[in-house]
Amino acid sequence: MTRRLAGRCIIPGEARGAALVSRRPLSFWGGLNPATGEIVDRHHDRCGEVVTGRVFLLPGGKGSSTASGCLLESVRVGTAPAAIVTRSLAPILALGAIVADELYGRTVPMVLLDEESFGSIEDGETVTVEADGTVTVEPADTTT
Amino acid sequence: MQLSKTDTDVLEGRRGEGARMAMRIVVRLAEACGAEKLMDVTQAHIDGCGLLSQASLEFAEALAAGGAKVAVPTTLNMGPLDLQNWRQFGVPEDFAAMAIRQGRAYHDMGCIPTWTCAPYQGYLTPRFGQQIAWGESNAVVYANSVLGARTNRYGDYMDICAAITARVPEQGLHLTDNRRGQFLVRLVGFQGEQLRDETFYPAFGHLLGPLAGERIPVIEGLPPDASGDALKALGAAAASSGAIAMFHAVGLTPEAPSLAAAFHGGEPEETIEVRPADVQAAVADLSTARDGEALDAVLVGCPHFSFDEFRRLAELIRHQRGTSAVDFFVLTGTQSHALALRHGLLDVLAGFGAKVTLDTCMFHTPLLPPHARTIMTDSGKCAYYAPGELNVQVAFGSLADCVRSAVAGRVCRRAAR
Repeated sequence: MTRRLAGRCIIPGEARGAALVSRRPLSFWGGLNPATGEIVDRHHDRCGEVVTGRVFLLPGGKGSSTASGCLLESVRVGTAPAAIVTRSLAPILALGAIVADELYGRTVPMVLLDEESFGSIEDGETVTVEADGTVTVEPADTTT
Repeated sequence: MQLSKTDTDVLEGRRGEGARMAMRIVVRLAEACGAEKLMDVTQAHIDGCGLLSQASLEFAEALAAGGAKVAVPTTLNMGPLDLQNWRQFGVPEDFAAMAIRQGRAYHDMGCIPTWTCAPYQGYLTPRFGQQIAWGESNAVVYANSVLGARTNRYGDYMDICAAITARVPEQGLHLTDNRRGQFLVRLVGFQGEQLRDETFYPAFGHLLGPLAGERIPVIEGLPPDASGDALKALGAAAASSGAIAMFHAVGLTPEAPSLAAAFHGGEPEETIEVRPADVQAAVADLSTARDGEALDAVLVGCPHFSFDEFRRLAELIRHQRGTSAVDFFVLTGTQSHALALRHGLLDVLAGFGAKVTLDTCMFHTPLLPPHARTIMTDSGKCAYYAPGELNVQVAFGSLADCVRSAVAGRVCRRAAR
């Protein structure tokens, strides 16, 4: 069944993609290779996954202040997630998305959800992010 | 969003296109974070000069070409290049040319070429209560916790925008109420010598990061004579494994003369006890390489080596005898380097075979030889990031163990106490 979740828009934009759900915060610098979009932090629960084109459910940011720089570079080269959905405001990532928009006119939409809504989304579900912060979740196709 | 007349003027381009872009970014970040107005800062430290990418270069050059100048004294974090010695480290010419261009853009905007990630140990150290805009996660923790200056964790590019506009969103750790300790971390069962062990501070920081998340811990039980270098190592590790921007240490840091003062008279939301076995587990968690494994390089100076650390390393080298069988890199800034030079310590390091690099970081400049598979470090931050960023195995140990292992050419750590 499709669910609609009300979130707070941090970086406006529209996106759709398969959910990549992580349970731990990630530093985009030192944790993500912007050339490939791969998570490389061995302490992170989704190490080895590629964020490109996915709706990345990330509880929050942490670590390096260069995380904004890595998000910006990943937008430039096209390896960024389709959108980032968090449950804790991640100002350093928001900043990377704002600078990407200023410099390249492209960005990564970001939405903040409450803890319960955030926890309700499962890996692989199709997530649509709208500019007003609404998040729509469709279950992964289980017929195949 | 309430804006001052000056803010509006800058947004309308009256200070040029560069300043306008900087102000637009400051305002958009303030809106994204839900701030209602902006406030003044009187000093800045730029982290965005460190990473070298096409995007980081284009951003810096766009601001500089738009005539942007910093409006407050602004220091620079480590950069992507040892500006004096890069040729001897075999850095490719095209990388160096790009790094020099990026550095020039920041110089042109009026930044001070400190090129260090330990700006609190050098020129222009902020004073207690000063409102500042600092980038570099370890420097942010140190400024808030140890100096009592006030900054949020500013990401790359916001730092220079704040420096140009002298404005930041009025929120977070700039405001007194938000500097209140939130939970208590009690060190239990430690002997005095365990708290003087060099590996204690980075290992404790490593375990503190995930416990804290974005909260402010109040630490009870650190010795009142813990050195600045020890607190540097603690904060750097905690800001790698977590999102920590500030800690209080009772009887040690300036906003925590007492437990009650650290909590602003309130109650901790949680109390967590940390015991020696927890710290030992954190030591183990920081290593992927085992004792006895062949070593390719040792990296120390993350964050940048201080004069005291140079002195300690020279003592260890004299005591150890022998020379390093592997690449031994010491990362530092020009100011600590100048003191070490004047003290004659650099001759001791050179005799050992150590290579001192200035202005930069092993994560941002191609320093490690391509064949390097296993490195060793005394830094919790370096140990945290090295496997992912440098694609190497890492052994974490004390500075003494780093020297011992360098001579042996393999990882050899003294048994933990």
